[in-house]
Amino acid sequence: MTLAWIVLLPFIGAVLPGLLIRAGRNACALTTGSVTLLALILLLTQTPAVFAGEVVQAGWDWLPWLGLNVTFFLDGLGFFFAGLILSIGLLIIIYARFYLSKNDPMGQFYAYLLLFQGAMVGIVLSDNILLLLVFWELTSLSSFLLIGYWKHLPAGRQGARMALAVTGMGGLSMIAGMLILGNIAGSYDLTVILQHGAEIQASPWYLPALLLILGGCFTKSAQFPFHFWLPHAMAAPTPVSAYLHSATMVKAGIFLMARMSPVLAGTDAWFYIVATTGLATMAIGAWIALFKDDLKGLLAHSTVSHLGLVTMLFGFGTPMAAIAGVFHILNHATFKCALFMTAGIVDHETGTRDARRLGGLAALMPITTTIATIAAFSMAGLPFLNGFLSKEMMLHEAAHTPWAGNPWILPALATLGAIFSVAYSFRYVFHVFFGPQRDDYPQHPHDPPAGMFLPPMFLVVLVIAIGLLPFLAQPLVTVVAGAVVGAPLPEFHLAIWHGFTAALGMSAIAVAGGAFLLWRHDVFNKLRLALPRPEAKTMFDALIGGLAAFSNLVIDGLHNGSLRRYLAFFVAACVAVGATAFISGEHAAGLRAPMPAPLIPILGWMLLVGACIGILFFHRQRLLTLVIVGVLGLILSIAFIYLSAPDLALTQISVEVVTIVLLLLALNFLPKETPRESSVTRRLRDGVLAGASGLGVGGLIYVIMTRDFNSISTFHLAKSKPEGGGTNVVNVILVDFRGFDTFGEIIVLGIAALAIFALLDGALYGPAARRLNSWIPDQERAKDRHPLMMVVATRVMLPLALVVGIFIFLRGHNEPGGGFIAGLVVAIAFVMQYMASGFGWAERRMKIDYHALIAWGVLIAGFTGAGAWLAGRPFLTSDYGYFKLPFLEKFELATVMGFDIGVFLTVIGSVMLALANLSRLARRTEEPVSDEPMDFRPVPDDESVEDNPAADSSPAGETEGRS
Amino acid sequence: MELLVASGVGVMTATGVYLLLRARTFPVIIGLALLSYAVNIFLFATGRLTTNLPPVISSTATAYTDPLPQALVLTAIVISFGMTAVIVVLALRAYLEAGTDEVDVGSVDTAEGERPGGSGGSGAGGDQA
Repeated sequence: MTLAWIVLLPFIGAVLPGLLIRAGRNACALTTGSVTLLALILLLTQTPAVFAGEVVQAGWDWLPWLGLNVTFFLDGLGFFFAGLILSIGLLIIIYARFYLSKNDPMGQFYAYLLLFQGAMVGIVLSDNILLLLVFWELTSLSSFLLIGYWKHLPAGRQGARMALAVTGMGGLSMIAGMLILGNIAGSYDLTVILQHGAEIQASPWYLPALLLILGGCFTKSAQFPFHFWLPHAMAAPTPVSAYLHSATMVKAGIFLMARMSPVLAGTDAWFYIVATTGLATMAIGAWIALFKDDLKGLLAHSTVSHLGLVTMLFGFGTPMAAIAGVFHILNHATFKCALFMTAGIVDHETGTRDARRLGGLAALMPITTTIATIAAFSMAGLPFLNGFLSKEMMLHEAAHTPWAGNPWILPALATLGAIFSVAYSFRYVFHVFFGPQRDDYPQHPHDPPAGMFLPPMFLVVLVIAIGLLPFLAQPLVTVVAGAVVGAPLPEFHLAIWHGFTAALGMSAIAVAGGAFLLWRHDVFNKLRLALPRPEAKTMFDALIGGLAAFSNLVIDGLHNGSLRRYLAFFVAACVAVGATAFISGEHAAGLRAPMPAPLIPILGWMLLVGACIGILFFHRQRLLTLVIVGVLGLILSIAFIYLSAPDLALTQISVEVVTIVLLLLALNFLPKETPRESSVTRRLRDGVLAGASGLGVGGLIYVIMTRDFNSISTFHLAKSKPEGGGTNVVNVILVDFRGFDTFGEIIVLGIAALAIFALLDGALYGPAARRLNSWIPDQERAKDRHPLMMVVATRVMLPLALVVGIFIFLRGHNEPGGGFIAGLVVAIAFVMQYMASGFGWAERRMKIDYHALIAWGVLIAGFTGAGAWLAGRPFLTSDYGYFKLPFLEKFELATVMGFDIGVFLTVIGSVMLALANLSRLARRTEEPVSDEPMDFRPVPDDESVEDNPAADSSPAGETEGRS
Repeated sequence: MELLVASGVGVMTATGVYLLLRARTFPVIIGLALLSYAVNIFLFATGRLTTNLPPVISSTATAYTDPLPQALVLTAIVISFGMTAVIVVLALRAYLEAGTDEVDVGSVDTAEGERPGGSGGSGAGGDQA
């Protein structure tokens, strides 16, 4: 479990800096450092096992059915990288404490840094490649945060975006490649995959997988042609550049190539792709670096070049090249990180990183100068420094590797890269620290506090130590390279002196050539300026801009905010899908015997079609449309009766009434006419779409109806009486067999009513309320607002309607009826009182809180269902029994009755809440109406005590005089 | 009989879709209501058409109509009422807030900035489609 802790510690610790920054910057840095140190110590406890050649494993199942498990393993390679990440991370944390200014949010910085650290350690220790991909993406994300840390700098934000776009794209490619790899090997565990090298290379999917995985590695490690993001990422604070862009993140791609080389390397494809890319990157990166005036830009391109070098070495695929590559990773991390830190120091102390404005710092900043000089000479590959050793080995390998049969190409280009490398290293030293002292530095330079120079100094000590005593690194390099090669290594010795070899000669040429280049820097700079220089950022921006413009074009075309357009597209798509299915299917006629069509249904059909045509013609006159819709609803109710569906007929007719009342109330506020707006073409197009969809839907149902089928309803018919206790199968299905659906449905209905309430209640404030208050009725009002006949009739009918409602409710289980219909009938009875006697009058007499009614309905239904638990049966299981009361016949009681009461109450509450609130809105706009039952008062004034027409709560009282 | 029902469903669908594509909220609501009628009848008809058969168990009945689509449609009718009610009130509120009952009122504003041809008139954004 130690392994898991090494990975998890940084993630857990990432919470701390944000909290402890309140305790001060030192406490914050100290905590962050302790977290890293603890992880490092944990890692070091594994040293004996790793050097003994063991592979430490740990982990647990996460999503085993996806092949995604949290498994870690530690071998030489993982140990090496984890050690680099944690130890350099520790130095960076110390350095950053002094580098960041007081105005920078340090807590954030350390939190991001730890997240990144955890993700990196996760990559190098993951056994499961899916888990590795998760960490891989996490490094992209956390590095995005780190690069864009100075949010106020546009360059930082752009650099962060570019880095995320490029590495994120590579990450996607990597995911695809890894999935292929896992499929070939039959496991997503690296330890298993590494055993299947031969199988993978023989697979026809080898090349796609290789290309996709290398796509991820090359983007992450800034290999040509993806190298352009790295220099732009240098807008980050220097600690970030030193950490991410020299020692860790850019090495993730290289790590993965090293990790995968036992299975992927050794083929021609691998050699030509990887080695050539590495070679090109090395030469191009070094050439650009030579002319960069920005110190961090110079170092960034030199990093690109060195990454190319390592990539090339791994591309060779030989054990010795792997040893050289591993050794160079170690050396590069030490000297490059130290160089970044010195660049940061120079920037910090002089206020500029522009080589043209610097020079002569040696006397002013002796410590920094010493550190930078040693590190830069190591980068140049001067003897007795560690860079020399690995560069010699690289040149040696290059000198002995033919490229496409030609033995000269590799050594020549490698030497060329080395020449540039020497030149820019010397430039970093001589143009910045040596030469005449200037008097126009932006700030007066001096050596930084110890906290800033100790970390690079420590690294430089390593540079010298390894350079002088290379055998110190021998055990580490052996165990790491062993893991990379995946086979026993040949005998080798890290040493300074190998005799007069070709590599030594190439080194000498490189040093001399580099010195010459620097001496004639101006001339070569003119030469460079004369050459075409493709600017990667402009190309990248143009590409991204083009993609964005294309996306906008598509979005604007399809998704321009016009509902009509969406609906038109939607209908057209449905028609197209239906037409395709129709054309490609069979067209045999159905075999079911058709039903005869007597005269009455034909008449009904004519009414229905006539109503539809009427709506089409008169739909601009909205009131008339509503009348026709009402007719349509009635025809449907009759059709339901005719076609053996009494329950549906009852429901349809009562819903129809409620709907029309609702639409009428709403229409009160809406314009009464629709203007003619659409062009003829548009109407024609809509007509075609409508006709096609009508034809499709009609045709489909015709096809269905003319074919026989097996219904599952035989079950419901058979079980309704014996198990549901009711003879009305429709109702039994609703409250029993499909009771859970119904339960959900009444909840939906209740929510709909509450949404309506919220919408209408909100209309009483803001612009809507102002519009309501200044409302001028656009139609003449009836002179007699509460017609006597209607008032009397509705009041007489109320008790009758209620009785009918209860009757329908009670018979519902055995005869057509039930909670839904009864609820609607009762609601209509109440609504009629509102309509006839006015809102105010009805409101004062209706002491029912509709919100509570909805809630009670849902609760009662729910409790009834839950009651089954008491009997130890599942939710909504029903039961029934027969009871005998005195003076009454034997009658049946079923638990679903309680459920139906819930439905009943919810329906009443919902309908009433919606309608009553619409009427309330209407009342707001009107001149005060008499709250009396009738405008005409049949009783003398002194008899009326309670119903004082106190012109009352109407908020629109001031509008009285207007109309 | 089947032909009558099918053509009725077709005509209601066509009318509903046509109204759905209008530029003002009220016709769209009516269109939606018609479409729900059509869908309800459609669902109901999947149980095949029968006359004079009970959905109620009795000792005298020899055959029954299919009760399952009826139960489904019953809830569908109630739910379509809920939906219509919410949409009507939504349209009403939008009209009170914005002062217009155009369906595409928002897109006309944005479209004007991008498309010089947008006259800003009612329904201009949609008419150009």
